[in-house]
Amino acid sequence: MDVLVYGLVNSAILALMAVGFTLVYGISRLANFAHGALYVLTGFVTWIFLRTLGLNYALAILAALFITAMIGALIYHAFLVRVRSLEASEIIGSFAVGLVIMEALRWRGFIGHGFAIPKFVKGTLSIGWVMVDLQRIIIIGIGLLIVICLWLFTHYTKIGLALRAIAQDEQAAMMLGMDSDRMATISLAVGSALAGVAAVVILPLGNLTVESGYQVLIYAVAVCIVGGLGSWPGAVVAAFLLGYAQILTDKFGGSHYQAVVAMAAIIITLILRPSGLFGKQKELEERV
Amino acid sequence: MKMNEEVLLRVRGLFKSFGGVTAVANVSFDLRKGETLGIIGPNGSGKTTLVNLITRFVKQDLGEVFFKGKKISHLKAYKIAEMGIVRTFQIMRPFYTLPAFKNLIVPLYSPRVRKIGGGKLGDRDAVAIDILEEIGFERDAYVPYKMASSLPLGYLKRLELARCLALRPEVIICDEIFSGLSMAEIATMVPLMERLQMEGKTIIMIEHRLRELFRIVDHVVVLNFGAKIAEGLPEEVIEHEEVKKAYLGKKGLK
Amino acid sequence: MYLIAPRLFLILAMVVIPLVMPSIYHKRLICLLFIYALLAISFDFLTNYVGLVCLGGALFMGVGGYIAGSLNAMLGLPAVLTIIVATLGGAAICTILLLPCLPLRGIYFAIVTLVYPLLLGRIIEATRILGGTDGMPGLSTYPSPWVDLYLVIGVTAFLLFGLRRLVNEDIGLVFRGIKDNDQTVTACGVNITAYRTRAVYIASAIGCFAGAYLCHLYGWVGLSFFALDFSIIPIAAAIVGGMGTLVGPLLGSAIIVPLSEILRAFGGLRIVFYALILILFIAFRPEGLMNYFQRKYAQFEHWIEV
Repeated sequence: MDVLVYGLVNSAILALMAVGFTLVYGISRLANFAHGALYVLTGFVTWIFLRTLGLNYALAILAALFITAMIGALIYHAFLVRVRSLEASEIIGSFAVGLVIMEALRWRGFIGHGFAIPKFVKGTLSIGWVMVDLQRIIIIGIGLLIVICLWLFTHYTKIGLALRAIAQDEQAAMMLGMDSDRMATISLAVGSALAGVAAVVILPLGNLTVESGYQVLIYAVAVCIVGGLGSWPGAVVAAFLLGYAQILTDKFGGSHYQAVVAMAAIIITLILRPSGLFGKQKELEERV
Repeated sequence: MKMNEEVLLRVRGLFKSFGGVTAVANVSFDLRKGETLGIIGPNGSGKTTLVNLITRFVKQDLGEVFFKGKKISHLKAYKIAEMGIVRTFQIMRPFYTLPAFKNLIVPLYSPRVRKIGGGKLGDRDAVAIDILEEIGFERDAYVPYKMASSLPLGYLKRLELARCLALRPEVIICDEIFSGLSMAEIATMVPLMERLQMEGKTIIMIEHRLRELFRIVDHVVVLNFGAKIAEGLPEEVIEHEEVKKAYLGKKGLK
Repeated sequence: MYLIAPRLFLILAMVVIPLVMPSIYHKRLICLLFIYALLAISFDFLTNYVGLVCLGGALFMGVGGYIAGSLNAMLGLPAVLTIIVATLGGAAICTILLLPCLPLRGIYFAIVTLVYPLLLGRIIEATRILGGTDGMPGLSTYPSPWVDLYLVIGVTAFLLFGLRRLVNEDIGLVFRGIKDNDQTVTACGVNITAYRTRAVYIASAIGCFAGAYLCHLYGWVGLSFFALDFSIIPIAAAIVGGMGTLVGPLLGSAIIVPLSEILRAFGGLRIVFYALILILFIAFRPEGLMNYFQRKYAQFEHWIEV
């Protein structure tokens, strides 16, 4: 029973981490390797606003999310737009940006385990005989909220539909007057904000460390490959698969095998079905 | 045109859909050795997809292809090319920054040529230049040495054909090799194709330019919306009701 | 003469400069420089001659280093043997690990090479095998500092000229075809996955050698072999030095590695620095220095004639 509940929590965590990455890839075919960096950046900015500036918690979060979204947009607008055609440079470049952010944070003194942002609500809830603290419930709730919002956004709003159009066929969308650079900037802002949302709900569970940036990147990438790069429903499903797989290995094998699960998942997916569960890679493009 | 009775390529019941669109629906035909087959049809009728299916650049949903009696529809694309079924690409991408003859090094290096040539081919550069000369690149004008980026389209199309010929093919599939060419350029290509025919090569030609095509081919298959709607000699096929309807629309028949 | 001059100059520089280095510290620095150069050359080869973007030099370093270290610590094999086994066997392991992405197009190779070293590092840390977080100390080292230096310099020189020959042969054109236009190459009957596998084996052998070499240079192997430094610095060196030239990465390392020593005082800011250089070069000067020099050198010849 506790496997069921903790599996759910873990899946929600993975889904939140991954959805920003896969959204950006789906819309603008950009693998944003600064994703992990933006995640921890939001955490630390919230911390700064909270501790140093003494802002109200909710306000601090909103401000941090806004800043992260703006930085995401800036990364595209100032830098990535120049290297758009060269796939290699996009990946190297976005990873370099992520490195700059994370290592700069480390240099500024955010090392060690002394930092934390508080949970939203203290207390626990019992489901069956399992005690789950409310923060984890909140994570599940936010996860659900994000999925619903994404679905509504991409199906019912003008910008959302435009983003879907670009995801399906960039050239046709451009012919209809949609500016792909502007859409890419928006998608990066949204993706970064999603990374930020994930950060503010998940980071209170433990300490604020720069290391978690790398960890988030690995897990987001693993989930997105399994679910299909670009498909956020795929990422959600994959998050459940990996989430439960990790909890089960934790229970029966030991917690140090979680990273192995991620690696095995990537390898298995690439061998069996490279485009992932819901991936949109067209057949002619996929295999050499 | 003399035709050997041996069936070289047998296509049976190929089906392929992409999402909701059926690109190829139940196409079957036979190709005899030494024959030149034309595949025609309006835009979007699935001609290039058919080529992709036969050469396995795209996997079929249903159907089989046999080459010399053996099934090949489960093999990888490079294996099929290695067996001698070569194709041209509508959108060519030669090495623009290299001289024309260097573009033939890759096919001359391939396992097929190395096997047939019996070990080392000797100087690949020299062989490449010879092939180009045969195909009409004037050696005295140093055309084979020119950079591919400076060659006009007619030469590039012939370069693509040369790439196929360098592989000592059994079957050559030309995907719209006349497209984009001027009348003058076509006037030089047609004799080239006729010469290949006389040498006994087995050819499939996908084309839009029916007048030139019908001069060359022995036999025609017509596709529309992925399905075969007619097959036969060029003169027969052109009078066929369905074919006229496909190209001209129902009103055009009047 | 003008063709041979740059090559001669390079060989002379590689042989002579270590001789004039004053101290052990400087000699060690040069060893490190060449290690990064090896990784950078392997990156340049894979990315620009075969079309596979390799973001994981650390993977090769770690695999090579740990294999050499384990063989030395657990079986007592001497450095000569461990390096050979680590190079050839490590390359085999890395190739097998990367095999699933080789038939695929797109960014999968890049993603997987980026993530593997991070994952492997984490796995070793968590499962505490192979020395865990502490690593394996007390391994054999080289008999003299001269061996340190000239071993790696010799291998680099051999590699540079060997790879240059390779890419100028006909097989080099096949690799280029795979990079630029794989459909046409497939239509010629060439098995692309097989060629990619060969290229990855070569590149990982280079990296594994670097890892094994480093392991016996320090007499120690540990988690830091999987560190991002070994992935990022080679890329920065290749981009700064000039991609697609094979010599450019060596030049780039010669610039970046000493620079990084000077910046050691700044601690973690070093990586920020490399990353910034990388970003600036990618955005504004992607051709790199070597290509720039080659262009100018070719123009120079014309100036003289005029």
